[in-house]
Amino acid sequence: MTNLLQIENLSVEYKTRRGIARAVDNVFLNLEENKTLGLAGESGCGKSTLGLSIMRLVPHPGRINEGKILFNLDESLIFEGGSVEKGQIDLMQLDDNQMRAIRGRKLAYIFQDPMTSLNPLIRIGDHFTEIIQAHEEDVKKDEAINRGEEILETLGILPERITDYPHQFSGGMRQRVMIGLGIALRPRLLIADEPTTALDVIVEAQILDELATLKKQFNLSMLLITHNLGVLAQTADDIAIMYTGRVMEIAKTESLFEDPKHPYTQCLLKAVPDVRKPDKTLAWIAGAPPDLIDPIPGCMFRPRCEFAMEICATQPPPLEKLDTGQRVACYLYTKGVSKK
Amino acid sequence: MSLKSYVTSRVLLTIPMVFLLLTLVFVIIRVMPGDPALLHFERHVSPEVLAEFRRRLGLDLPIWQQYINYIAGLFRGDFGISMQDYSPIIQHLHARFPATLELSIYSGLFAVVFGVILGVISARKYDTTTDHSIRLLAIVTYAIPVFFLGMIFQIIFSVWLRILPSGLRFDPHYTPPPTITGLYTIDSLLTGNIWAFGISIRYLLLPSVTLGIILLGIFIRLTRTNMLETQQSDFVMSAKARGLSSFSITYRYSLKNAFLPILTMIGIQVAILLAGAVLTETTFSWPGLGTYLVDRIYHRDYTAIQGTVVFFAIMVAVVTLAVDILYAYFDPRIRL
Amino acid sequence: MIEVKNLVKYFPVQKGFMDALFTREKDFVKAVDDVSFKIEKGEIFGLAGESGSGKTTVGRLCVRLTPATSGEIIFEGQDITKIKGKQLRLLKRRLQITFQDPTSSLNPRMTIGNAIADALRLQNIGTRTEQRKQTEDALERVGLSPASAFYDRYPHQLSGGQRQRVIFARAFILRPAFVVTDEPVAMVDVSIRAQILNLMRDLQKELDLTYLYITHDLATARHICDRIGIMYLGKFFEIADSRAIYENALHPYTVGLMSAIPVPDPKAEKSEAIPTGEIPSPINPPPGCRFHPRCPRAFERCPKEEPELLLVEKNHWVACHLYSD
Repeated sequence: MTNLLQIENLSVEYKTRRGIARAVDNVFLNLEENKTLGLAGESGCGKSTLGLSIMRLVPHPGRINEGKILFNLDESLIFEGGSVEKGQIDLMQLDDNQMRAIRGRKLAYIFQDPMTSLNPLIRIGDHFTEIIQAHEEDVKKDEAINRGEEILETLGILPERITDYPHQFSGGMRQRVMIGLGIALRPRLLIADEPTTALDVIVEAQILDELATLKKQFNLSMLLITHNLGVLAQTADDIAIMYTGRVMEIAKTESLFEDPKHPYTQCLLKAVPDVRKPDKTLAWIAGAPPDLIDPIPGCMFRPRCEFAMEICATQPPPLEKLDTGQRVACYLYTKGVSKK
Repeated sequence: MSLKSYVTSRVLLTIPMVFLLLTLVFVIIRVMPGDPALLHFERHVSPEVLAEFRRRLGLDLPIWQQYINYIAGLFRGDFGISMQDYSPIIQHLHARFPATLELSIYSGLFAVVFGVILGVISARKYDTTTDHSIRLLAIVTYAIPVFFLGMIFQIIFSVWLRILPSGLRFDPHYTPPPTITGLYTIDSLLTGNIWAFGISIRYLLLPSVTLGIILLGIFIRLTRTNMLETQQSDFVMSAKARGLSSFSITYRYSLKNAFLPILTMIGIQVAILLAGAVLTETTFSWPGLGTYLVDRIYHRDYTAIQGTVVFFAIMVAVVTLAVDILYAYFDPRIRL
Repeated sequence: MIEVKNLVKYFPVQKGFMDALFTREKDFVKAVDDVSFKIEKGEIFGLAGESGSGKTTVGRLCVRLTPATSGEIIFEGQDITKIKGKQLRLLKRRLQITFQDPTSSLNPRMTIGNAIADALRLQNIGTRTEQRKQTEDALERVGLSPASAFYDRYPHQLSGGQRQRVIFARAFILRPAFVVTDEPVAMVDVSIRAQILNLMRDLQKELDLTYLYITHDLATARHICDRIGIMYLGKFFEIADSRAIYENALHPYTVGLMSAIPVPDPKAEKSEAIPTGEIPSPINPPPGCRFHPRCPRAFERCPKEEPELLLVEKNHWVACHLYSD
């Protein structure tokens, strides 16, 4: 299998008044074609920043410090004033125009809050025209609207509602419109940042179903960012667990749930309620994550970890591949470390 | 609610508001200390002259009768008569209004156009030297008094450089263009008189720039804040993620969405514009409503003051109404 | 402890001036439409539903934050919907509510000690020193210890979980008998949710409290609630012991709601049909059973007749024609 997306050594920093916060710290990730990679973690772990870095849209005062974002482009893109060659490209090396040609066309992004992600003064149809004409300049407005109507129909929205304004739609329908805009140009990679968190559970289930269908229909690969492990269990092929800007564990979905390796993953799974197992006792992790502006040396989970050892306070543990296939950043699995 | 029913209800709501304004003006003029008739003459006159004076102005009637006459008169377009020469005030308003309108239009345009442009630049260059300089300019222009700025301009451009006239509306050696709209710039163009157009622009320049600069600061700050706000909004983020060009994001998203609060501000600024016009006109001897009002105040011409203030009040009410309707037209969320 | 009888809350819909002038008929959001239930002393009663179900409005009505349109709420023997003035202020000590977002519920410019003591000051309880003492006790009780270290901190210096504890300390310092908690863990990270829920349980035992626990998250509700009521468009569809709701849900809506919850187990069977569509507008709810347009088991009776909430098993109430006879 080829990698559609390969992130190497990515770091993102936010310059705040109190100091510099490393929101994404030395991250390596791979996403294979036609797979869904789940990116999970709690608030402030850097998962959204990571998603936005791939689009190179980290908001001010954030900045990508170093790293490569390698993307496998399936066709050369030619646009007014430039072009991008097909093949494996490093998104970090593209200029603003090249990046813009890729955004929306090859990489699509869906934001958390459908209520605020559409321009309230622009009709749904014009949202479609805009994105289509931004990438295919010779498409006429009528044709763009027709394509928009087809997409709405696929998503179960009456095509005549294309002339409506966003406020005339319910939350679930707006998120469907967002998804529709996302897939309008048949992108290769869909990044969905908490796409269902703002929605009610029934609509959430409907949208997750629709995303799965679309993924098959359009051969999409997906990066699904969420704090909800239940959502990932149903949709992801692989899951990466993040904590304080670092990837703690990457594993196949089944093995992550059956045999979590990192102590943080283990604790997290014990804390997740399961509606099918009402008698499960929920655990919690005492304490809170360390301040990113004032990071601690070594493993950031150490103060909350019951297996913490001396070595954990020295260097951050590297992400290493185990014989069982998982990748874990924890000294418990490093050979030659005495487990005291 | 449809746009039509919104407009109807908004118009209906304006009626009591204007009514209240009219009453307020009436009351304020009456509660001012002293007898208007006595104050007007300043020196002793015979009781017969005074009685005749009061009778012609209707000041001998009971207050409620005066009020009814006043309101009824306004409905007929009658703003009362002047204490000076018993001439109908509406004649003066009619003669002077075009000058004020012309000054207001050009200074308003100046403020909005340059305010929005500078605001957009400031927001796009957020937190740079350009941004800081523009913000400083906005604060300074907002704080500076109109007559002071006007005098500085007169000294620079009329006294030192001698390139622009220091006052009046038209060169006294020439005849102004014939009245069609009353706005010299428009009338001169309509009659094809480029020469007269040039003169009127020369005379307009200093007063309208002065008044425009005073209003500029508010529009710069408003544009800048709203642009920044929309730029950080989720829908601009998602527009960027769809690969829209930064031009279309700036103009179709940020500016379009920032335009609504600017529109509201234009409505609010009309009152300040008119107040500023009074001072600017005085500074530049501009023959508009402002100089008329000041002149009438000097002469303690209470009926004329009342008529002019009422006229100003109605103007503000009408413009506010127009702005509200435009807002509803541009914002789909109001037309539910 | 608290008994709600035929409680109704309609919010008038904002209309244009013209429409209001020329039409007599007013539209209402029927947020709570004739509900009755009882909460026993010492019980944690869960109120679950989607947004727009009216659950939050019920909570606000129970602590007199909003006046009811009609109906009764009997608390400690008196109908609190009619109480006014000084009596109402005294009553509000006994009834407390906490809101979903601990960050926006706290004044960012006020130290948390002051925020908590403020509740005592507003009610004129004790001297300054007594207020300080009581506040510190309250901080200790919710696990923010040592209290003196937390007293002068500002909300932004605390983590999300700690802020939620401050909210509890503020609600409990007046020694209420009945507390409505609106989504207390919705904004709290999963890894500390159980800790907050346990704290709520401990406080309940210590202070002899009764809770109305409002939530959209049925997966978590199981771990704290004794009984659960399911609401939809201003009506109760089902009320039963927690266990019965999870193991023997009867109403098709409850079944759908449960099946839609994502299960953190990749091997879990794909759930059966998820209800289609979205919750309709509460201004004109569907006739008959309000769920019938989305219900997989609807039959001819459902659109015609509104089902009553009936006792079908021990402690198990359902409003559905499938169980009517």
